[in-house]
Amino acid sequence: MTPEPFLGEVDATPVRHHILSVLVENKAGVLARIAGLFARRGFNIYSLAVAPAEGHARFSRVTIVVDAQSAPLEQIMGQLDKLINVVAITDLAPKDAVERELLLATLPINEASRAEVLEVTTEHGASIVDVSPDSVTVMLAGTPGACDALEKALESFGDVALQRTGRVALPRLGQTANA
Amino acid sequence: MQLTGAQALIKSLEREGVDTIFGLPGGAILPVYDPILDSPIRHILVRHEQGAGHMAEGYALATGKPGVAMVTSGPGATNIVTPIGNAHMDSTPLVVITGQVATASIGTDAFQECDITGITMGITKHNFLIKSAQEIPRVVASAFYLATTGRPGPVLVDLPKDIAQSTMEWWYPESIDELDLPGYRPEVAVDDADVARAAELIAASERPVLYVGGGTLKSRASKELLAFAERTKMPVVTTLMARGAFPDSHDQHLGMPGMHGMYSAVTAIQKADLLISLGARFDDRVTGKISTFAANAKIIHVDIDRAEFNKVRTADVTLLTNVAIALRALDTAGATPQNLDVWWKEINTWRETYPLVYDEPSPDGPLRPQHVIASIAKAAAPGTIVTAGVGQHQMWASQFWQFEEPGTWVNSGGAGTMGFGVPAAIGAKVGRPDRTVWCIDGDGCFQMTAQELVTARSEGIPIKVAILNNAYLGMVRQWQEMFYEERYSEVYLSAELPDYVKWAEAMGCVGLRARTLAEMHEVIAQANEINDVPVVIDFRTDVTEKVFPMVAAGASNDDIMVHPLLRGDDQ
Repeated sequence: MTPEPFLGEVDATPVRHHILSVLVENKAGVLARIAGLFARRGFNIYSLAVAPAEGHARFSRVTIVVDAQSAPLEQIMGQLDKLINVVAITDLAPKDAVERELLLATLPINEASRAEVLEVTTEHGASIVDVSPDSVTVMLAGTPGACDALEKALESFGDVALQRTGRVALPRLGQTANA
Repeated sequence: MQLTGAQALIKSLEREGVDTIFGLPGGAILPVYDPILDSPIRHILVRHEQGAGHMAEGYALATGKPGVAMVTSGPGATNIVTPIGNAHMDSTPLVVITGQVATASIGTDAFQECDITGITMGITKHNFLIKSAQEIPRVVASAFYLATTGRPGPVLVDLPKDIAQSTMEWWYPESIDELDLPGYRPEVAVDDADVARAAELIAASERPVLYVGGGTLKSRASKELLAFAERTKMPVVTTLMARGAFPDSHDQHLGMPGMHGMYSAVTAIQKADLLISLGARFDDRVTGKISTFAANAKIIHVDIDRAEFNKVRTADVTLLTNVAIALRALDTAGATPQNLDVWWKEINTWRETYPLVYDEPSPDGPLRPQHVIASIAKAAAPGTIVTAGVGQHQMWASQFWQFEEPGTWVNSGGAGTMGFGVPAAIGAKVGRPDRTVWCIDGDGCFQMTAQELVTARSEGIPIKVAILNNAYLGMVRQWQEMFYEERYSEVYLSAELPDYVKWAEAMGCVGLRARTLAEMHEVIAQANEINDVPVVIDFRTDVTEKVFPMVAAGASNDDIMVHPLLRGDDQ
């Protein structure tokens, strides 16, 4: 079981970033329509995650972190809303959202570094999900800030292969999102 | 009842009330062309797919009904991309059917395959790739619903050949509830609180202007506009996309705003304390330098598309609805400005000081292009529909023709598509056969799509085309003269090559030419006598003529340049 020492940390997302939770029809080309819209209108995507929504075969939820400095949020949401396959858009300000992200990293280990790797892993609440004689894969599911911190801590271990999912988010309980 | 996908497609078009398809067959769309033989729908066989698209646009703009075009896959589909992009920019309702290679061949670089849904994603309101014959009725019904509601626009339906050949059990959606469009809600209800705030702004206003855009025509709000304008006494300007939405002969009409707008229209906007934007989108050709555009005006922005709000200019009040509903709501709320006598006195001074003018034409020619248009207009039957290409002739046509009713001005606004005029005129004439249709064209534009006159002649569509032949890409030449120190780069076309009269005759049309004033009046009279075949007139016009007024690109509307005849020492 993964401990969550960073639960509650909310300051990792810059204020100019907004999280759009976008419910879309699960149809071919929907992601291309969204990506194409952002590209041709000059809106910047910071991260993007897609998966089927709430067990539906019919809808997917796309979580897009947008840079609201590249264009006004109203404009981004207005244009997104015009896509026929977009069903609903919820704007989550970082302070009103629970955000999580998954990080996987494979790093080399040897006798000298093994203890230190274990220590960093434990300290950041990550877990080891795969091992080989000379490398180890660690995983962290946490806030974007926790993932940032682990990523920085792993820099000193040399040739690290690292992949993050981009964040997913839902409204913080007790908050009203702007639909 | 079992039908093939092809039969289901044609039957679906019949159910949508389609009376005309503009198209050209080819391999992938072949199955769909067979049931056309048994359908009451008229098919107009074009000579190039771009012509089909512009004809469908002309038909839509003249009738208010969606235009329909059908072409094959690959190059057939890419050839119609320009009209689709044009319709997207001008919010013209269009349904375009493209053939596609068989489902199993998609993604294999098959012969005449192209990813037309991918290509047109950014220039359609929506597009569909049909996956089974059974869904053809729903997709076609959805395409027409999307194209014609909310902010209208082009919708493309891509039909793989094997699906056209497979069979389905016939059905048709009886209501929009059966369309499966959970993300589409064209909103038309107006918010009372917003109306009240708009009425307050109007009540405080001493210098209001009704800034009328294409959305006024799209929402068929001309009657409401006339009633609202006459009750409130507000001055009206109509953008290039809204010409005909308000009668040019009406005393409250200041004409077109923008880069080549009337001095009074441009200046009234600049000095206004309130702009009521009715289905307009603050296009750069209207605003000039945005930071100085109507700098002291409050903005009431009426639009059916909420993405237009605060896109270019921040609004004080937004009304998310169509123009007709908004104007009725404002009338009901009794929205009335202050006494406008002082404002009108000022506006009338501008009107009297800076009317539209042009140099006196010499009897021996060359002809003045403005005078040619005014002369055609004077001799034209009431209700004549005018189409144009893009450039100087388009601006002069908008300036010197008097538009009195919706659907009489058909042009390419947002996209600025040269070659639009001739095919759009053909489409307009098909949609309104009772009307005279004149295409005011330039020599550059005419050469881009003139082959569709073969279509016009063979299908019996008697349009009239006036080529204002100044032997140049005139608008580019004007910019090179004014802003590139008269360094004319690649703009000369020649007045004699091609021979437009011979070309017209080769296409089965009557070809006429006018160089002098006497010839001009004669050929116009001749053209008006001919109602069975298309007529093309080569008017030899003065190459040095420039379009005025003019606001230079990126300049402030305050720095509008008027015609040299009107310039005092300060200009």
